[in-house]
Amino acid sequence: MKPLDTTVVDVLKDGSQIRQKQMIADHYARLARARETGEKCVYTYVPGNLTELIRGFDLLPVLPEINALQSGMRGKSRDYIARAEKEGHSEDVCTYVKCDIGMKRSGNIGPTGERLPDPDLLLLSYTGCFTFLKWFELLREEYDCPVAMLHVPYQGDGKITDSMRRYVVDQLRDKIIPALEEASGKAFDLDRLRESLARSAQAEDDLVWVLQSAKNVPSPIDAYFGGVYYIGPIFTAFRGMPEAVDYYRELRAEIEQRLERGQGPVTPDGELESERFRVVVEGPPNWTSFRQFWKMFADEGAVVVASTYTKVGGVYDNGFRHDPDRPLESLAEYCLGCYTNLSLPTRVEMISRYVQDYRADGFLINSVKSCNSFSAGQLMILREVEKRTGRPGGFIESDLVDPRYFSASNIKNRLESYFQMIEQKRAGGGQ
Amino acid sequence: MIASSVSTLVERAEALCRDLRLQSVRDWKARTGGLAIGYLPVYVPRELLVAQGILPVGLMGAGADLEIIRGDAYYQSYICHLPRSTIEMGLDGSLDCLDGLLFPAICDVIRNLSGMWQMLFPDKYAHYLDLPQNFDRELGGRFYRDELETIARDLAARGASAPTPESLREAIVLYNENRAVVRSLYELRAAEPWKIPTWELYVVLRAGLVLPVTEHTTLLEAYREAALADTTRLPMDQARVVLTGSFCEQPPLGLLKTLERAGCYIVDDDFIQVLRWIRSDVPVEGDPLENLVNSLLDDAIASPTRYSDQDEVGGELVERVQRRQAEGVLFCAPSFCDPALLDQPMAVAAVERRGIPWTSFKYSENSGQFQVIREQAGTFADSIKLWSEA
Repeated sequence: MKPLDTTVVDVLKDGSQIRQKQMIADHYARLARARETGEKCVYTYVPGNLTELIRGFDLLPVLPEINALQSGMRGKSRDYIARAEKEGHSEDVCTYVKCDIGMKRSGNIGPTGERLPDPDLLLLSYTGCFTFLKWFELLREEYDCPVAMLHVPYQGDGKITDSMRRYVVDQLRDKIIPALEEASGKAFDLDRLRESLARSAQAEDDLVWVLQSAKNVPSPIDAYFGGVYYIGPIFTAFRGMPEAVDYYRELRAEIEQRLERGQGPVTPDGELESERFRVVVEGPPNWTSFRQFWKMFADEGAVVVASTYTKVGGVYDNGFRHDPDRPLESLAEYCLGCYTNLSLPTRVEMISRYVQDYRADGFLINSVKSCNSFSAGQLMILREVEKRTGRPGGFIESDLVDPRYFSASNIKNRLESYFQMIEQKRAGGGQ
Repeated sequence: MIASSVSTLVERAEALCRDLRLQSVRDWKARTGGLAIGYLPVYVPRELLVAQGILPVGLMGAGADLEIIRGDAYYQSYICHLPRSTIEMGLDGSLDCLDGLLFPAICDVIRNLSGMWQMLFPDKYAHYLDLPQNFDRELGGRFYRDELETIARDLAARGASAPTPESLREAIVLYNENRAVVRSLYELRAAEPWKIPTWELYVVLRAGLVLPVTEHTTLLEAYREAALADTTRLPMDQARVVLTGSFCEQPPLGLLKTLERAGCYIVDDDFIQVLRWIRSDVPVEGDPLENLVNSLLDDAIASPTRYSDQDEVGGELVERVQRRQAEGVLFCAPSFCDPALLDQPMAVAAVERRGIPWTSFKYSENSGQFQVIREQAGTFADSIKLWSEA
C-alpha cells in the first residue's frame, strides 16, 4: 500500500469551478444581508427543489444539506454534530441533520462565516428521503415560521403514474403556491414561472452535454468529484436564473475546449495526464475529507465517468427537461424523478447503463452511514450490477459530514485493491 | 364451553408468533385456496385484502429465534435488524406461502426493501404502499384512494376477488369488532395492569398478524375473559410507564418481561400498531372505500412515520401519559431506526416541558442480554416510586 498523503493543498481549479464557487459565495453573502435588504428566504431541500417557483416570488432559497456539506468541507461539522448529540440527538441518525441542528444552536453561522437569516417559510419538499420529513419537524421547533409540505410519492414500481403527477400538481397549486404567496406577499406569476422553466431547460441541456462528455476516452471531466462543482448552481439557488444559463454555457465551452485539446479532467494536483481507470460511482461523496478522497482516485489515474450523486437534485440525462408549456406538471415530474426517489431496480438499471455507455472498467459504491435512502440496498445493487455488466464492483464506507466515519487508510487500501483487481482482470483478458 | 386458562391462550398465541414458517397461514391456504399477502409495519388497510378474500399476514421480523446468515450479506452494519431477518426468511423459504408483500411507507429502509423484494422474488407481488403525508381529502385522500384501487386491481389480476361494496363493508365490520376488543384490552391494562401483563398482551395481539380476523377477535375476547377471571393476579407497587418507539422492529419478548420484572407497569405502548392505527370504528355506511381512506386521513394515531402537521411533536404521547395516568416514559427504540430516533428529541422535549420523567435505551430484535436495561429500568421505576411528587 502506498503511503497516505495527508498534505492539504489548494486544489487547482478551472474557470468554471472558480465561477461557481463565486456564485455560491455571493448567494451566501446575499443571505447574510437579507434582513438589512428586506429579502425573505425559504429553507428547502436539494432533491425536489422548486427553485423556479421560489425565486419567482423573489424569495431566496437556503438549503440545509448544502450548509451541512459546506460545514463538512470547512472542518466545522465535527463540533456541530457533537453539539447536537450532546443535546439528545442519536448517534445513529443522519449527520446532515445533526450538523444543521448544531449549526443553528451555535448561532446559525453559515459556511462563509456570516449569520444565516431565519426562514420566512420552511418548504418541506418530501422527495426521496424520509429523513427530510423529520428534519423539518425538528427545524419547526427551532423557528417560528410556517411550514408548507409537498409530499412527492415514491416511484415504487419504477414509473410515474397519472395519479402521482396529479397529486403533486394539486399540492403545488393548492398548498405550495399559496404558501409562497403568503410568505412573499406577492401574487403568483405564471408567465414568470414559464420564463424560468425555459431557462432551466437551456441550462439542463448544457449540463447533460457536459456530463455525457465523459463518454469520450479519455474523459475531459471527472463526473463525481468535478461533477459536484458542475451541479452546484443548478442544484442550489440558480436553476431557472439567467446566471445558471450563462454558467452552463461557459462550462460547456470550457469542456469543449478540453476535448479539442485532448485534456483530461482537473484534479487536486492539476490536470490528469493519463486516464488509467474509468469507473462509475454510486452514492454521495464524503465531504470532510473531500480532497483527500478525490486524490485517492487521481493518484491511481482513476476517472469517474458517471455518478449517481450528480442526479440527486434532478435526473436530466434520461431526456427529462423542465417544460414551460407544462409548468406545474413538469415541476411535478422533476420532483418525482430525482435519483433517490427511484426504485432500486431502476437504480440498478441506471448504473448498469452507465457502466456500459461510459465504457467503465467497473463501478464503486461509496456507502454513507448517514443516508439510508441511498445506502439501504446498496449491497444488492453491487451484486446486481456486477451480474448484469460483468464488470467488477467495489464497496467502500464513509459518511457525509461526520469525520469519525472517514477512515482514510481503510478506504485507500480498498481502492488500491480494487484498482489492482481491474488491472489483473485486464491482464487476464477479462476485459 | 370450558373457559380457556390464560396460560393456554398465551401459549397458543406465543406459538403462532414464533412460527416463522407460518404454518397457520399454510393451513389456511390449503383450507381455503385463497391468497395470502404479507405486509410490513406500520399500517396497511387489511379490510381491503379481506374484502378480496385474501389473508393479510403481518411481518415484524424474526426476533431472536432465527440466526441471520444471508440477511446480513444484504445490509451494512448501520442498518436496523428487521430487514435482515425479513430477507433471511424470504431466502430460506419461510415466506414462500405468501403470494406477495406490501411495503408501507415508513422509512427509507423498508422503502428500498420493496425494490430488493422485486428483484429477489420477481414472481411474487411486491408493492410499495405510499401512504399519504398530505391529509387533505381532495389531495392525499384522492391519491390514497388511487393507491388502494391499484392494489385491488393488481391482486384481482393475481386471482383474488374484486372487492365489492358489500365485501368491503363486511370486512370493515369485522375489523371494527377487532379494534373494539383491542381498545378494551388497552383500557383494562391501563386500569389494572397486574391483570394484563404486557408480554401476554403483546403475544395475543401479535397472533393477530397471522390469524384471520374473526379468529383473532375470538382469541382476544377469550384472553380478556380469562385474565379478568384470574384471581391470583394481584397489584404490586410498580411504576406506571408508557413505552414508546417500538412500532417497527420489535423488542424481544425477554425485554418486555425484563421491564415488567424491573418494576414497570407498561400502561401504553407502540406495539403492533396496525391493530390500532385507526383509533375508532371505520364507518360502514356510504362508500366503504372512501370510509377507509378518510379514516386514515382523519382518525389515525400520531406516529413518527407520519408527518406531524402543525401540532406539537410528542403532544399525543403526552396526552397518552396523562390519559393512562402514567408516571414516566420509556423511550425504547430499535438501533438505527430513523423514524423513532429522529423523533425522539422532540418527544423528549414535549415530556420534559410537562415535567414527566423519562429514560431511553435501544435494542435490536435479537438482543440477548438485558441486564443493563433491567438495571436502568429498575432505577427509573425506583426513582419514580421514591421521589415522584405523585
